[in-house]
Amino acid sequence: MDIAAPERSAADPKAFVRKGDKGEYNLELLVKGAKCVNCLGKIERGVSEIPGIEEARLNLSTGRFIAGWHDKNLDPAKIVQKIIDLGYGAIPFQSDIAQSVSDTEAKKLLIYMTVAGASMMFVMMLVEPVWLAGIFGEMGPGTRTFFHWLAAMIAIPAGAYAGIPFFSSAWKNLKKGHANMDVPISLALILTAALSLWATINFREHTFFEAIVMLEFFLLIGRYLDHKLRQKSRIAAQELLALQAVTANVIQGNGTIKSVKVSDVKEGEIIEILPGDRIPVDGVVIQGVSQGDFSLITGETQAIDIGIDSHLRAGSLNLTGKLLMKATKVADDSFLAQIARLVEAGEQSKSVYVRLADKAAQLYVPVVHGAALLTFVGWLIAGRGFETAIWNACAVLIITCPCALGLAVPAVQVVASGRLFKNGVLVKSGDALERLASIDYIVFDKTGVLTRGQPNLINRNEISDENLVAAAMLARASRHPLARAIARLAGPGPSIKDAQEVPGYGVEADVDGVKIRMGRAEWVGAQSDNSETEMWYRKGDEAAVRFAFSDTLRDDTVATIVKLKKLGMGIEVLSGDKLGAVEAAAKAAGIEKFTAGASPFDKAARLDELNAQGRKTLMVGDGLNDAPALAKALVSIAPGAAADASQSASDMVFSGENLNSVYESIMVSRMAKSRVLENFWFSAFYNLITVPIAIFGFVTPPIAAFAMSMSSVIVSLNALRLYKK
Amino acid sequence: METLIFLIPIAFGVAALALVAFIWTVKNKQYEDPKGDASRILLEDDDKPL
Repeated sequence: MDIAAPERSAADPKAFVRKGDKGEYNLELLVKGAKCVNCLGKIERGVSEIPGIEEARLNLSTGRFIAGWHDKNLDPAKIVQKIIDLGYGAIPFQSDIAQSVSDTEAKKLLIYMTVAGASMMFVMMLVEPVWLAGIFGEMGPGTRTFFHWLAAMIAIPAGAYAGIPFFSSAWKNLKKGHANMDVPISLALILTAALSLWATINFREHTFFEAIVMLEFFLLIGRYLDHKLRQKSRIAAQELLALQAVTANVIQGNGTIKSVKVSDVKEGEIIEILPGDRIPVDGVVIQGVSQGDFSLITGETQAIDIGIDSHLRAGSLNLTGKLLMKATKVADDSFLAQIARLVEAGEQSKSVYVRLADKAAQLYVPVVHGAALLTFVGWLIAGRGFETAIWNACAVLIITCPCALGLAVPAVQVVASGRLFKNGVLVKSGDALERLASIDYIVFDKTGVLTRGQPNLINRNEISDENLVAAAMLARASRHPLARAIARLAGPGPSIKDAQEVPGYGVEADVDGVKIRMGRAEWVGAQSDNSETEMWYRKGDEAAVRFAFSDTLRDDTVATIVKLKKLGMGIEVLSGDKLGAVEAAAKAAGIEKFTAGASPFDKAARLDELNAQGRKTLMVGDGLNDAPALAKALVSIAPGAAADASQSASDMVFSGENLNSVYESIMVSRMAKSRVLENFWFSAFYNLITVPIAIFGFVTPPIAAFAMSMSSVIVSLNALRLYKK
Repeated sequence: METLIFLIPIAFGVAALALVAFIWTVKNKQYEDPKGDASRILLEDDDKPL
């Protein structure tokens, strides 16, 4: 909900400073909104100007900012404040999460890949003359063997080095008694190297040195793409997690206020909550009057009055007045923590999903090993000797090596998530796309998903422009969601500086001796029939003006539901809001099945029920109350304005105003799935043709090289087709 | 054929040089922030003499 987002209480950065070995201090921040060179210069220069700061560096690609200093008296809040003053959002990162900024795994893979690629080119430069000379008969055995030795000197050390990722993964799996894709790969690599070396020593005509490095090169491209994609999703998930790091202002015995990490708050402690703050832990109000926005927890859009003895739940938003609250439950057993546990349970049940690539590997490994073994035995039985038999078995392993298979899935997922990213959809895990392609039932939350999740003025035509402009000036001084809605509608403009917020009633101001009030009907002095969410505005003795609000549907909700129904999806609405509001929204959106007043636990139970019926469920939700259901669903999507817990529980996050992103994601995921399947079929077809050739001993190095590269290129090109509409 | 004795080591040397140079750029963190590095050249006050 974007009414809440800008006022999020920033965590106190002191808790996030990391102390290095040499006595240096580091603070890592996630900077929002820095997109261009000017932002970069402004932020780095601005922070460097703070006395004591020695290092200030912003990574423009990831939005992460690192500040370093030695002076232990430096207040890190100054750094955050400086960046906020410059006009950007800055959120401290939880230091233990952000440890691995620099992606060493990707670097290693990149180096392995380059070594394989460079040595592939060099070995081919040596081996190609031998092939050509073989055709034209122009090269003596002496020169040929010399070239083979040169190729061996490069291919064997380079192959041994670039093969480390495969060897180590194969060894790890073998030790546990499994065989993954890396086992046949390692076997093929080692056999090929040994046989080619043997052939060189014995002056044979053919060696397969270039095949070793070529194979590694193509496979490493696939590994690198896959790793990059996972890394991207992991970083996105980390950032969402970091956003949840909020601190609480605890009032200590001597009356001073101390900022404490939420997890360190103890039961019975008194916490101060300013207007605009999120409630950090569950508690009971002991002083103050205010209004609260509980929409992230219950799905209810109306602001609710808060007074002494009101129970507050962690995650709700305090709107208008300052409150003192006594913590009743600490972070570990608060409402929020209960939700978190449900989310965790849901995610564990989800992890049994087997990825398409793994299914293919399960099928592939025994078939390839079987074919190679049969070839070996077959040639022995045919009485052609050990050398021919092992050469042909080896050729089978080389030619079937899953270059294309290794690229089939990552190439498609990189292209698909790239395309979705352009449309504002962030895919958090690669296999989410696979799961999304299979869904047949969609559960929507109402508030913030079908609807905008914020009140919108519905009687604009009853209000004169003059009154709107005047009311907006007062509205800009208030945090109340209804006042915000007026301010948003009127656009940017001046606000009344000395306006007073009267918690529970509204906002008032004196302008040139005339009292202006905006708020409840009785307080303003108007008659209300109370049928809709409303707010009244009155200037002096003039007639009171009524502003009526409702949480309207997104512009494209109706069209999206129609399109989803055309795909044959079952659709239902599951909301925590009151029956009337849910019924109206569901009817307007064209959805027949709806449930109102559902608690987070009801929602999760409903998803369990649907899963038990064998439906493939997609949950779209934004509130904290949706988080357990999001985790239970086969796939889940959250809007970008959703609660942080919901964003981290879901597989995808869409930003922007359009619900159509959900439809778009489903379509792209379906296309991606068919591209992956095409790639698998192509790989199977390729093997169907090349394996017999290899079994019968017709594979020469040029044929192997050509076949391997062509299949990899075709698979990658097929993945690129996703970019087109 | 005698030229091979020169040409092959030269070819190998050039290829090895390129490989080493690339590995150095990777280890030197030159691919961590492509957007930022592209922008930094436009920052005026970063213009220190070499």
